[in-house]
Amino acid sequence: MKETRLNSSHKKLGAKMIEFFGWEMPVEFSGVIDEHLAVRQKAGLFDVSHMGEIVISGRMALDFVQYLTPNDAARLTPEKAQYSCLTTPQGTFVDDLLVYCLDPEKYLLVVNCANSDKDYEWILSHKEGFDVEVENKSDDYTQIALQGPRALEILKPLIDVNIEEMNTFGTSWGEIEREEVLVSRTGYTGEDGFEVYTLSSRPEKIWDAILEKGKAFSVVPVGLGARDTLRLEARLMLYGNDIDETTTVLEAGLGWLVKYKKGEFLGRDALLKQKEEGIKRKIVGFELIESGIARPHYPVFVEGKKVSEVNSGTFSPYFKKSIGLTYLPVEHKEEGTEFEIGIRDKKVKARVVPTPFYKRGEKG
Amino acid sequence: MYPDDFYYTKDHEWIQVKGDKATVGITEFAQKQLGDVVYVELPEIGKKLEFHQSMGVVESVKAVSDVYSPVSGEVLEVNKGLNDSPELVNQDPHGKGWFIRLKIKDETELEKLMPASEYEKFIEGIEE
Repeated sequence: MKETRLNSSHKKLGAKMIEFFGWEMPVEFSGVIDEHLAVRQKAGLFDVSHMGEIVISGRMALDFVQYLTPNDAARLTPEKAQYSCLTTPQGTFVDDLLVYCLDPEKYLLVVNCANSDKDYEWILSHKEGFDVEVENKSDDYTQIALQGPRALEILKPLIDVNIEEMNTFGTSWGEIEREEVLVSRTGYTGEDGFEVYTLSSRPEKIWDAILEKGKAFSVVPVGLGARDTLRLEARLMLYGNDIDETTTVLEAGLGWLVKYKKGEFLGRDALLKQKEEGIKRKIVGFELIESGIARPHYPVFVEGKKVSEVNSGTFSPYFKKSIGLTYLPVEHKEEGTEFEIGIRDKKVKARVVPTPFYKRGEKG
Repeated sequence: MYPDDFYYTKDHEWIQVKGDKATVGITEFAQKQLGDVVYVELPEIGKKLEFHQSMGVVESVKAVSDVYSPVSGEVLEVNKGLNDSPELVNQDPHGKGWFIRLKIKDETELEKLMPASEYEKFIEGIEE
């Protein structure tokens, strides 16, 4: 099993460790609900070094990123990152990712851990005609996320960057504990917060410094369990659950990131066609009206007929109820529509609700 | 930690017998493995359970686990408190977090279960 450079830090903190796509990762420290609420109310610190990092560099780096992804990478600067995806010619997902412009000829793609090898192969296989170099740096980077309403106050005195002035998706180089970092105002929780990337051989200095400084703000270390419940409440997609090579960007409700006018890219024709013809199904958020917890792959019934399965589904620690995502035929996607989910031998009532389930600054 | 007057199963249920009636729940070890319990599904009152038949499920944030009846018998009562407060299973697994009460059908089945000392050795083996 692969270990992140913070592995022994987690064990010292008493984490429950699990295998996650070949990595030994902390799934929880003090408990999923406790960690989840800490991030919503104060701050939480995550080791997400299992995420993949692929660097595309060279004279045609921007052209290549433009070809691989539907968002407009020309809008990127070393001060601004963006959410995007790798699309197939059919307009479905190879993966979703963050794109950073390290310099005008060098781009960093942050991809899902489970997909990093697949993505790397995919990118290499489309490289012909582009004068670029592609490197899979997934094992080199440590990635730490500090998330929650107190994240800014905790990180500010530790970093030589004016992060207070940083916009959402803003990025900068800087130093924490004399180690070079790339910091961005991004995250996967629905809260304000920062993600920190470093190639340092001693990233535990950064981890420990944040935990120490964060004590006054009740920061807690957070595992993958709460990471999943936090991102679902914020309706952030999880590859393999909500999006994959069978779902298109438009069906997943991510049409906003497709920039047709920027020129040719993989999947453009298919997405344009689907946009003109209209999608037949769309991802929706739901909550259970009756008791139970809807989980991935449970069958979904509309008017008694099975139409799909639950994609993400979990108990929401913030709202204390069962929430999830599923694809419904567009004629049934409206808020308030009731349908059923098969839980063991019962059909349990659910209702389409607006997403994100959780929005920062609103009380549940 | 593990009461001496309980019997235990390899699936981490406990049973406390009083005459021909018994109370059933899951063990401290089980609740720790599960993490935060957020939902418990219990059988209907009057249901006749076979030895080691699934009698319900216990769900944590991330996982769903079956709970098995340690012996055969008829369900007399279920712990309704778990509907609103499933966290009782974490807080007091051998007490307020009980699952069901049973009328035992065949006392000899208890011989197939473990006393506390044996169960403690059994979980030590799992933890290592």
